[in-house]
Amino acid sequence: MSRFIARRLLLLPFVALGVTALIFSLLQLLTPAMRASLYITDPKQLNALPDIIRKYHLDQPVYVQYWEWLRQVLHGDLGWSETAREPVLAAIRGYFPATFELALYSFVCILVLGIWLGTLSAVQKDKIVDHVSRSTSISGASLPTFVWGLVLLMVFYGHFGWFPPGRIGLDADLFVRSPQFHPYTGLLTIDALLNGQWWLLWDALRHLVLPVATLTYFITATLVRITRSSMLETLRADYVRTAEAKGLPRDVVVDKHARRNALIPVITLASLLFVGLLSGVVITETVFNWPGIGRWGVTASQQLDIPAVTGFALIFAGMLVLGNLCADVLYAVVDPRIRLQ
Amino acid sequence: MSAVRVPSIAAPGAPTVQRVQPSAWERTLRRFRRNPLSVLGLCIILFFFVVALLAPLLAHPTERNPYMIPHQGYASDPRPPGPGHPLGTTEEQFDLYYGAIWGARSAFVVALTVVGAGIAVALTLGSLSGYYGGWIDEAVMRVTDIFLAFPGLILAVVIVAVLGQSARNAVIAIAVVAWPTYTRLLRAEFLRVRDMEYVQAARAMGVGDFFIIIRHVLPNTIYPIIILASLDMGGIVINFAALSFLGLGAPPGYADWGQLISLSHNWILGTAGDPFQYWYTLLVPGVAIFLFVLGWNLLGDAFQDIFDPRQRGSV
Repeated sequence: MSRFIARRLLLLPFVALGVTALIFSLLQLLTPAMRASLYITDPKQLNALPDIIRKYHLDQPVYVQYWEWLRQVLHGDLGWSETAREPVLAAIRGYFPATFELALYSFVCILVLGIWLGTLSAVQKDKIVDHVSRSTSISGASLPTFVWGLVLLMVFYGHFGWFPPGRIGLDADLFVRSPQFHPYTGLLTIDALLNGQWWLLWDALRHLVLPVATLTYFITATLVRITRSSMLETLRADYVRTAEAKGLPRDVVVDKHARRNALIPVITLASLLFVGLLSGVVITETVFNWPGIGRWGVTASQQLDIPAVTGFALIFAGMLVLGNLCADVLYAVVDPRIRLQ
Repeated sequence: MSAVRVPSIAAPGAPTVQRVQPSAWERTLRRFRRNPLSVLGLCIILFFFVVALLAPLLAHPTERNPYMIPHQGYASDPRPPGPGHPLGTTEEQFDLYYGAIWGARSAFVVALTVVGAGIAVALTLGSLSGYYGGWIDEAVMRVTDIFLAFPGLILAVVIVAVLGQSARNAVIAIAVVAWPTYTRLLRAEFLRVRDMEYVQAARAMGVGDFFIIIRHVLPNTIYPIIILASLDMGGIVINFAALSFLGLGAPPGYADWGQLISLSHNWILGTAGDPFQYWYTLLVPGVAIFLFVLGWNLLGDAFQDIFDPRQRGSV
């Protein structure tokens, strides 16, 4: 077990190195002056561009440059973001909680809804529940996130006025910035609870509903399909028939015997879900004006804020690699056969 | 199409029953027809294909570049469907009907280009990697690992940011994101086939590697790639539209559904008393892209069903 995890952890630096190499190669497509600007952490330094080129070895061979750049990145020095008007690392730290909050709530909803619907659909194969959940999931896979998000906005914000875009209302925003409010975690819902401000919690939740619904709908679609086909396979297994022959109630067979085993292949496909979630976060944040890393990264790309784009790419690649690592470890935990290999 | 006739062996005098053994192609066709959803998918795709093909007749281009949507004036308010503009106009008076029609053409162009590029890379790198193994294989696989360490859309965003914003660069970005999947799949298929007896037989006869790959291995590995491509067509169009929506793909006025949807972003709020006043700005391109992707997803599922019987009835 620990050996399996250790092996995965050993592979991690190589993938991380490769990721930085890929980003570095992409940066080589820029003009030298633009690349020099990557090392500027303060707008005042712009006058001293030739010095910067010398100082950061931009006139040296590529491998020297890569090494120097990598050292900078490892020291947490990712340059100055013009769109955020602060160093990239500080910007990431500032935007991360919003993205994390959105992803966290969506992830919980996706898991609960996807596994529940997938199981239901498999157990009630070819019944009305199955048809409804299948057609919903097929349309969910075909509807682009941004169309779905805009439709939700049109109906629930434009027509009903229930769920506004953004992360927080105006007066709530003022309160959060005031000294009366103590940000413990950066997650507004949790902080509101810790500060004992119920109206703030209500406001934060109201803003969360639509983005979470958007992300949930289209990633759940994938999860329902995977869970359903895996469940169907497991329900045909001999031990399920044995359990039923013993006279166990159907619910117990489905919950204890079938679903636990059916979820193993689902974990191997967790990578698909992470990719969907992380890509979806970027689009959802843009649609709903959610002040997270995704929206910042998109704005930075539009405005050629390359240091920000680099940081944005590194953090998302990091999240995906870590997510996959967690999935692998979880896989080894739930399936003893993996540990023995 | 041709059916193999099995001569009926029947006692003289008994009514002769003509037994027709269906060919593989007929069985495939029958299986395809049995699922109404696959037929629906095929119809949708054929419809879009005809629309894309006849685009110059359905919506006559007036600009020098037919992919640029003509617009009269620069008035910012969208106008509802009416004479001259059957589906209305969006922000800056871009005609939605024209955009929807030519959008079908650009969707096909984008998807086929990316799929073509993905398959071309897979045919070279994937087949070398799978056939020879060794250090080539190791190198190619580690490179794909790195590309797959990025969520696709994020890598595409970074590539467009570095290359500059244009429809062409968005296509390049999506192709760069897409190739590792094709390469890995083709490599896995090569690994399966390369030690088959008929390949060994060819090798024993002294056939060259190149000829073995082209003549013996490739034809037996290409079906999964076709399935992947058909499943991927919709996803590619969504990704391209997403880049345009994020302001990183096709420029404003380009006949692309995602770009039209991004123009509707400012008009999700109607006026007081009429909250859905500008519904057409979102619904026209939104429905177009939804149907297009749905068609490919249904068709891809059908192909998967036909070529991979294990999955039958599970999707």
